[in-house]
Amino acid sequence: MTIIQFVLLGAALFSIGLYGVLTRKNAVLVLASVEVMLAAVNVNLVAFDVYLGDASHAGQIMTLFLIALAAAEVGIGIAIVLLVFRNRRSANIDELDVMRF
Amino acid sequence: MTITFGDWITEIANWVFLAIALPTLGAAVLVVSAKNIVRAVLALVVTLAGTAALFLMLGAEFVGWTIVLVYIGAVIILFLIGIMITRAPLTKNADLSQPISMRVPAALLSVILFAVIGGAVAASFGGAAIPLPDEATTTASIGETLFTNWVIPFEVVSFVLLAALIGGIALARQDPAEEGEV
Repeated sequence: MTIIQFVLLGAALFSIGLYGVLTRKNAVLVLASVEVMLAAVNVNLVAFDVYLGDASHAGQIMTLFLIALAAAEVGIGIAIVLLVFRNRRSANIDELDVMRF
Repeated sequence: MTITFGDWITEIANWVFLAIALPTLGAAVLVVSAKNIVRAVLALVVTLAGTAALFLMLGAEFVGWTIVLVYIGAVIILFLIGIMITRAPLTKNADLSQPISMRVPAALLSVILFAVIGGAVAASFGGAAIPLPDEATTTASIGETLFTNWVIPFEVVSFVLLAALIGGIALARQDPAEEGEV
């Protein structure tokens, strides 16, 4: 196995996630696309951890931190979406244009 | 150690990699393009399970199973509850994506990003092989390094989780005074 196959997979996942963030209308699906991007970062971190053979397993520990932070991000994100839905009767991000210039 | 494409394609592990990576990418495409919102979130399960399987291949067992427990077990449930509470359209051809005039530039940008990253890593690493360890990273060694080298970041992350928990409750909690108006 080579390092590049994992990095390319990570790059592809990240690009797909970026496409999702840019094109999805529903706020929950935007968060799901962000999760795809974070999964891409996880793949990179673990692959480079094994590639470098780090004794302190920095990549794997960082992945664990990233999982925890992603869980926190989703919790807060869903709470905000819920709040927006309660106030605006819609979870579509293209309808949130009050602050648009 | 550099690996040529001929060597790469004859290695069994790489076929396993392809068998995991291609469904992972397909499911990721489904996450960003599916017309049914529940199907998109369930495709996210396949994507995350694919990354977890790759971690097991790389010997990162603890991280792989943590992905299964935390992401597939908990985060997906959060997404499904979010869909349920926001009454997202559950019909087959729901209006979930921006119009095509926005999708084309976004797709172009994504392809350019992939080309730039892919070109950069191909130029830097070429066919450098991953020196797979003889045995998987044990949970004991992860725990040991987590509570020696990484103990302060660990505590900070636990504080962030606590703050997120309180913040989530404070945000989503309905104010009793407003309850009649909603």
